[in-house]
Amino acid sequence: MSKNQEFVKFDKVDKSYDGKVLVVKDLNLDIAEGEFITMLGPSGSGKTTCLMMLAGFETPTNGEIFLDKNPISNIPPHKRGIGMVFQNYALFPHMTVYENLAFPLKVRKINKDEIDKKVDKALSMVSLSGFENRMPGQLSGGQQQRVAVARALVFDPQVVLMDEPLGALDKNLRESMQYEIKHIHESIGVTVVYVTHDQSEALTMSNRIAVFNDGKVQQLSSPDKLYEEPVNSFVAEFIGENNTFAGEVTNVQKDQCKVKLLNGSEIIANPISVSSNGDKTTVSLRPERALINTKNKMDNNFKGKIEEVIYHGDHTRVRIDLLGNKEFILKVPNSSANMDIKMGNEINVSWNSHDARALDPK
Amino acid sequence: MSSETKQILTTDGIPLEVSLKKAERKNKIKAFLLVAPLLFFLIITYIFPIGDMLMRSVDDRMVTNMLPNTFKSMEKWDGNDMPPEEVFKSFYIDFQKLVEEKRDGKLSTQLNYTKNGFKSILKKLRRKAKNFEEGNYKEQIMAVHKRWADVEYWRAIKRRAPAYTNSKYLKGIDMYKNEEGKIVSVEEDRRVHRVLWLRTLEIAFFVTLLCFLMAYPIAHLLATLPMKYSNLLMICVLLPFWTSLLVRTASWMILLQQQGVVNDFFVMIGLVADDNRPEMMYNKTGTYVAMTQILLPFMVLPLYSVMKTISPSLMRAGKSLGGTPFVTFWKVYFPLTIPGIGAGCLLVFILAIGYYITPALVGGASGTLISNQIAFHMKSTLDWSFASAMGLMLLAGVLAIYWVYNKLVGIDNIKLG
Repeated sequence: MSKNQEFVKFDKVDKSYDGKVLVVKDLNLDIAEGEFITMLGPSGSGKTTCLMMLAGFETPTNGEIFLDKNPISNIPPHKRGIGMVFQNYALFPHMTVYENLAFPLKVRKINKDEIDKKVDKALSMVSLSGFENRMPGQLSGGQQQRVAVARALVFDPQVVLMDEPLGALDKNLRESMQYEIKHIHESIGVTVVYVTHDQSEALTMSNRIAVFNDGKVQQLSSPDKLYEEPVNSFVAEFIGENNTFAGEVTNVQKDQCKVKLLNGSEIIANPISVSSNGDKTTVSLRPERALINTKNKMDNNFKGKIEEVIYHGDHTRVRIDLLGNKEFILKVPNSSANMDIKMGNEINVSWNSHDARALDPK
Repeated sequence: MSSETKQILTTDGIPLEVSLKKAERKNKIKAFLLVAPLLFFLIITYIFPIGDMLMRSVDDRMVTNMLPNTFKSMEKWDGNDMPPEEVFKSFYIDFQKLVEEKRDGKLSTQLNYTKNGFKSILKKLRRKAKNFEEGNYKEQIMAVHKRWADVEYWRAIKRRAPAYTNSKYLKGIDMYKNEEGKIVSVEEDRRVHRVLWLRTLEIAFFVTLLCFLMAYPIAHLLATLPMKYSNLLMICVLLPFWTSLLVRTASWMILLQQQGVVNDFFVMIGLVADDNRPEMMYNKTGTYVAMTQILLPFMVLPLYSVMKTISPSLMRAGKSLGGTPFVTFWKVYFPLTIPGIGAGCLLVFILAIGYYITPALVGGASGTLISNQIAFHMKSTLDWSFASAMGLMLLAGVLAIYWVYNKLVGIDNIKLG
C-alpha cells in the first residue's frame, strides 16, 4: 500500500487580504497521507492563513490547493470533509458532549445506532467515556480540548487541522495532551496539519515541520534535521537556543571556511549559505556543541571570561564573554568535574567547525 | 478539645462572631448610605405614586363623605320601593350643606358617572330647594322632576354608598354591576375598552414581531462587521434613538400623510393614482410603521450584545463539521441568540403595550391604544380614578407577561447588555 505523497498540495499559493501586502507568498507544500505536519512560526507569519485556506474559510488570491489530487478552492468548507480543532475549542455551549459529537454525524444523515457507536468510540479514544451528558461548561479546559479533538475525528475525515489547540492549557496539561494527540495520530493514521508557535510542541509531535516566516516556508524537514541543520539564520534562531557570531568570510573551501569576526579574531566554520570570500555571514552554534576545558581535539579553541552562572537543576547555564560576544551561552551538565565554574574565571571553550554553521547574515 | 471548637476567639479574646459583625457593620452602613438616595427617590417617585393610584382606583369615599346622612338612613331601605321620608330628609340636609359649600357640582359629576341624567335634576333641585318648606321633603323633591320620583335614581345613589368599589375596574373591561348587583357586560354597541385592550395587545405583538424580523439581521451585521463599518452602522441605529420622540413622530407624519413624501413617491413611480392616494396615517398602518421604527433600537441592542459574545469560530466549527450554512445557523447560532431575542422581545412588547405619544399623533381613531384612553380620562373627563384603574390593569398585564416569560424562558437567561 503506497501512500499518496501529495495528499495535500499547496501549488504556488498567494494570499493577500488588502491587495497591498502578501500574507502568504508563493507557497508550495506537499503533505503526505497519514503524515503529522506542523506549521511553525511567529505570529503573523501566515501559518494560520494557510490553515484557513485549507479549511475553506479563506480563498487563495492566486494558486490552487489540491486534496487527494482534486482542486478544492471552489468547494465550500462544509463539503470538504476536513476536521478542525480550534484554538478556543469552539464546542457548542448549548449542546451536551454527546450532541457536540453527534452534530457532524447528524448532518451526514447517519442513523441513530451508528451515531451512538461512533460517538462511543471517539469518546473512549480520548478517554472521556461517561461524559456524554455533560455540558461543555462543566468540563475542564483539558477535557474540553479532548472533546474538540474527538469531535474533529468522529466523522472519519481525511485530514484534521489543528489551530494552536493547546494554547489555552497550562504547561503540564499541554505536555500530556501533546503525547495524547501524537498517540491518537499514530493509532488511526489520519493526516494532521498542526499550527503552533511553540517550537517544543512542534518538535515533540511532528513527522515534519514547516517553519514559516514572512509568508514563506523557510525550511521543511524532520524535527531533528531542523534542529541540527538549520538552513538559514531565522530557523537557527527560531528553533532552540543559538549562539551567533557576525563576520565576513575570508577563505572558503569545500567543507570549511574561515570567518573573520568583528573583533578581528578568526574562526573556522561550516559553509552552508556562503560561497565566496567577502560574503557577510552569521555563524550559528548550538550551546551544547561547545565544550569547556575538554581534552578532545577540536579545531576551534578560544578563551572566554565567565559573566554569569545560572543553576538549572540538571545543567548549569554559563554566559561567557567570548570573541566579542557577551551573550555566548554554554550548557554544562552538572557533574563534579565542572564544579570550578565561577564568575570571573577564564575558561577554554572549544567546538568543531562542522557544528558552526555559516549562514546568511541577519 | 470540645471547648476549643465551641467558641473561636480572636487574638484579643473577643468572640470571632462578635468581632466579625463589628467589622462588617461599618461596611453595611456605608452600603446603605450609598443606596439610600436612590431608595428614597424610588419610594417617592415610584412606590408612592403606584400606591396612590391603587387607592384612587378603588376609593369612593368622596361621595360617601358628601352624603353622610343620606347613606346612613339608606341603610334601612331595602331598595325595592321608593325610599322613606327619612332618606329624602337626610338627602335634602346633605345637599343643602353641599350647596352652601359650593361642592354640589362635584356631586353631580360623580352621580352622573353612575347614572346619566343626574346633572340636570340636581341643578333643578338646587334652584327649587331654596323655596322648600319644612317637612314632607319626599313630596317636595319628587315634585322637582319626574326622575326624582324614579326609584332607579335612588338606587343609583345607594350604589355609591360603599367607601371602596371595584366599579372602575369593571368599567375598564366594559362590565358593570347592574341594579340586582350582578356583574354583567355592557351592551355591545357601547363596549369601547375591550376593543382597545385587544387592539393594544395586537399592535404590541405585531410591532414586536416586525422589530424582531428587522433587528435580527442588523444586529448580526453589527456583531460581525469589521470595527470601522460596525461603528458607522451602530451610529445609524442609535441616531434615531438620540432624536426626540416627538420629532421622529412628526417626521413620520410628514412622510406618511396623503400629500406626503411616501405618497408622492408612489404616485411618481405610478404605483397609485394621484386621486387615489392611500391613507397611511391616522389609522393602524401609521401606528405600526412609526412604532416599529421607534422601538427598533430596543430590539437591536440586546440582540447585538448577545451576538457579540458568540465566537465566530463556532460557525466555522459547524461548517467544518459538515453543516451547511443554514443548518449551522439554525442549530448553532440561533439557539445561542435566544437570550437576546427574549430580552429584546420583552422590552419592545412592554414598551409597546403602554405606548402613548406616537399612537396619539399618528394613530387616529383606529390606531389608538389603551394608554391614549387613559390619557383621555386624565385630561378630558377628569375621571382620575378610572384612569388609575386602567393604568393598574395595564401594569398587572405587564407583570403577568413578565411572569409567563419567566416560566417559559427564565429571567436569568435574559441579557440586556
